[in-house]
Amino acid sequence: MSAGRLAGPAIGLAVTILLLLLPLTLRGYGIYLMSLWAVLTIAAMGLNLTLGYAGQVSLAQGAFVGIGAYAAALLTTAGWPLALGMAVGVGLGLIVGWLLGYPALRVQHHYLAFVTLGANTLLFLVFRNEDWLTGGVYGIPGIPRPRIFGLATDDPLVFYYFCLAMLLLVTLALGLLLRSPWGRAFEALRENPVRAESLGIDTRRYTLLAFAIGSAVGSLAGTVYAPLVQYIDPYPFALGMSLNLLLMVVVGGSGRFFGPWLGAAIAVLLPEWLRFSEGLYLVFYALLVILVLVFLPGGLMGIAERLRLGRRPVAG
Amino acid sequence: MGNVLQLLLAGLATGAIYALAAAGFALLWQTARTINFAQGEFVMLPAFFVLAGTEWLGLPLGLAILLALVLALLVLGLLFKRAIVDPLLPQGVLPVVIATIAVGILLKESVKEFYSAEAQPFPSLVAGGTLHLAGAVLSLQDIAVLLVAGLAILAMQLFLTRTRLGRMMQATAQNPEVALVLGIPTRRMVLYTFLLNAALVTLASILISPVYLAKFDNGETLGLIAFIAAIVGGFNQIRGAIAGGFLVGVVDNFGAAYLSSDYRTGILLLLLIAVILLRPHGLWGRAEERTV
Amino acid sequence: MSALFEVEGLSRRFGGILAVDSVSFSLAEGEILGIIGPNGSGKSTLFNCILGQLRPTAGRVRFAGRDITGMRPSALARLGIGRTFQLLQIFPGLEVRANLLAAGQEHRGSMAGRLFGPPDAGLAEEVERMLAFFRLAHLAREPAGSLSYGQQKLLDIAMAFMAGPRLVFLDEPAGGVNPGMLAELGERLRLLNRERGASFVLIEHNIEFVMGLCSRVLVMAEGRIIAEGAPEAVRADPEVIEAYLGG
Repeated sequence: MSAGRLAGPAIGLAVTILLLLLPLTLRGYGIYLMSLWAVLTIAAMGLNLTLGYAGQVSLAQGAFVGIGAYAAALLTTAGWPLALGMAVGVGLGLIVGWLLGYPALRVQHHYLAFVTLGANTLLFLVFRNEDWLTGGVYGIPGIPRPRIFGLATDDPLVFYYFCLAMLLLVTLALGLLLRSPWGRAFEALRENPVRAESLGIDTRRYTLLAFAIGSAVGSLAGTVYAPLVQYIDPYPFALGMSLNLLLMVVVGGSGRFFGPWLGAAIAVLLPEWLRFSEGLYLVFYALLVILVLVFLPGGLMGIAERLRLGRRPVAG
Repeated sequence: MGNVLQLLLAGLATGAIYALAAAGFALLWQTARTINFAQGEFVMLPAFFVLAGTEWLGLPLGLAILLALVLALLVLGLLFKRAIVDPLLPQGVLPVVIATIAVGILLKESVKEFYSAEAQPFPSLVAGGTLHLAGAVLSLQDIAVLLVAGLAILAMQLFLTRTRLGRMMQATAQNPEVALVLGIPTRRMVLYTFLLNAALVTLASILISPVYLAKFDNGETLGLIAFIAAIVGGFNQIRGAIAGGFLVGVVDNFGAAYLSSDYRTGILLLLLIAVILLRPHGLWGRAEERTV
Repeated sequence: MSALFEVEGLSRRFGGILAVDSVSFSLAEGEILGIIGPNGSGKSTLFNCILGQLRPTAGRVRFAGRDITGMRPSALARLGIGRTFQLLQIFPGLEVRANLLAAGQEHRGSMAGRLFGPPDAGLAEEVERMLAFFRLAHLAREPAGSLSYGQQKLLDIAMAFMAGPRLVFLDEPAGGVNPGMLAELGERLRLLNRERGASFVLIEHNIEFVMGLCSRVLVMAEGRIIAEGAPEAVRADPEVIEAYLGG
């Protein structure tokens, strides 16, 4: 353990320095990719709470990113500050996520996967069809970048630091949440819901909370995504993004705190590395996911843990 | 009135195809605890096997279909079971769910990458044309699809309930432990279930592709609809899943015509959510006692 | 002495079969009651109806003067009713310590307190006491799933006692426990009963274990109570012998 105790902070420090300094050496597109990574990591961390910690599968995370993105886009293009867009987006995410949890009280996890998938499709249809609100297929152009404490973030590098700051805030908040008894109740729910209930853990309430919080974090990611891309239409929030976020969580390591950091990095970088083969990256990606599932149930973070602790993880 | 008849026939025809996919879906769940999220892609793929046979190898259609069936049995039946389900099932239902999602993406993107991203015309087994009946214009294609799929469903039901092998498969699905005690080779029965599913999706693929064209992303809607059909009908009974397929086909056609074509899928999803909340075991399914 | 716990005319029907047939019994504070009976006599169904896993078809259940019929398991637990299951039920992926914390955390404070308050205030000491009591202290940081069966069984029981329940239902506590550990387990349970004043209802197949622990025994067969009384008396009852041998 003693080497492990030092390794954690050392890796953390190295990653922080990398995240702070690397963009200084990059041009526009590289900075955009790193910003996108930060946004997707936030969304995946939300899903990791719902899926990895509480054991409730959701295939609607992409739609929640959409809810946040539309809330931010609509309000900021109407002249309101992004902070309001964030509050509204997160609030909507909480409410809709809570509602999405209700089917989870009735059905087992595989049914739930399809119900949430259905919910994603429903929300996508709303984004696409309700032209009066969302602009339909034409989307919403000209989403402004926010001013943070009077500082304009129009410069890609400045906006990247904003994305990074949001990621660090979310990471801190989720870290505290998961260390609290709430986090333990979520894990108990995942490990053995019948036993949890018999010990006084109100599994209904915690299930709904897991959905609400995980989804709201997804919406928060959306409120950062909108000013990042500055133009949104419904298509990014179709099922594809939900599946992608799910695979990020799994590849990184479901239920591993920093798994989404790694999973999102692979999801963002893989298409770049596989540029030579254009669309083939999804084929590779899907294969990677299958290989990880079959051979590395703990995801990539699972390997890191195994190396650090020098013992096999417990089958879970 | 004529319009209603037309819509009903079209609904039953697509419903019959959904029923094939939904029945396979329910079979896999019952016998192997496998929720196949790639079922839609499973229906999409065999059509491309056929196209590869006719286009690349120059085979006549009949032979190409045979080739497609063999490939489907190997890839979607045997390989799927051995490479994905067998290693993952011991870890629980959820890893299998996620893996089949990845399989779906793999199949979809592979077809897009290695065959084509464009919708492909697919040869129809029957001539086009219409039949005028009681003021309705009925499509011969619809009638043929309904006939073929209906016969296949009937044959499958007879196989499962009347033959020794079918009954052994059913027994394995109902209660594997008891089946094993009775001397049924349950492992082989599970394999047969995967093969049966592969055959069902191949038939569904060949029937649906002439109507909707063969396209790499057809599986997205097909898989969702097959699942909705299975849930609405009742997951734990093949008959329920089949009835669900027909119901969903009809509701889909009428909903699109009379309610809203923008929210076509939405109507089915609302049906799904309503059934799950009000009758989680499906309209025709058996209630499962909650066990501790 | 008024009863701590009372079951009145409890029935549960599955289709045409009456799995539990108007069962009534009561329990005084501090008592240890054993329920025995052949397989399929309705013991587990009775437990499940009392403990909110199954809805009884008829009958009432009262605890400390309050009607608790059909209440959810988590609500029962917060009222002070603990339980264990026939099969081991722990959180295998969590550390032993976290298993115990999870078992105790919902019994005090508010939801907000559990999120924003100091984590596990007052609970950590109780965890240490439990770990010491069940001799699991050296395993506190191990994942519960890596423990031996016997240790997991002890942890399972320890979890049921974390919140200081007044009444605990034990479903086959001796099942699968090796003879050497059995005496130890019985001793622990007796101590918990004496020192903490917890009452027990236990289902058990191991008659010796029941006879050694319980002050009173109910015998069930075909969903009904066919005998009740002190262990020795019940053991000599011809109807009981008939139920076991003839069943």
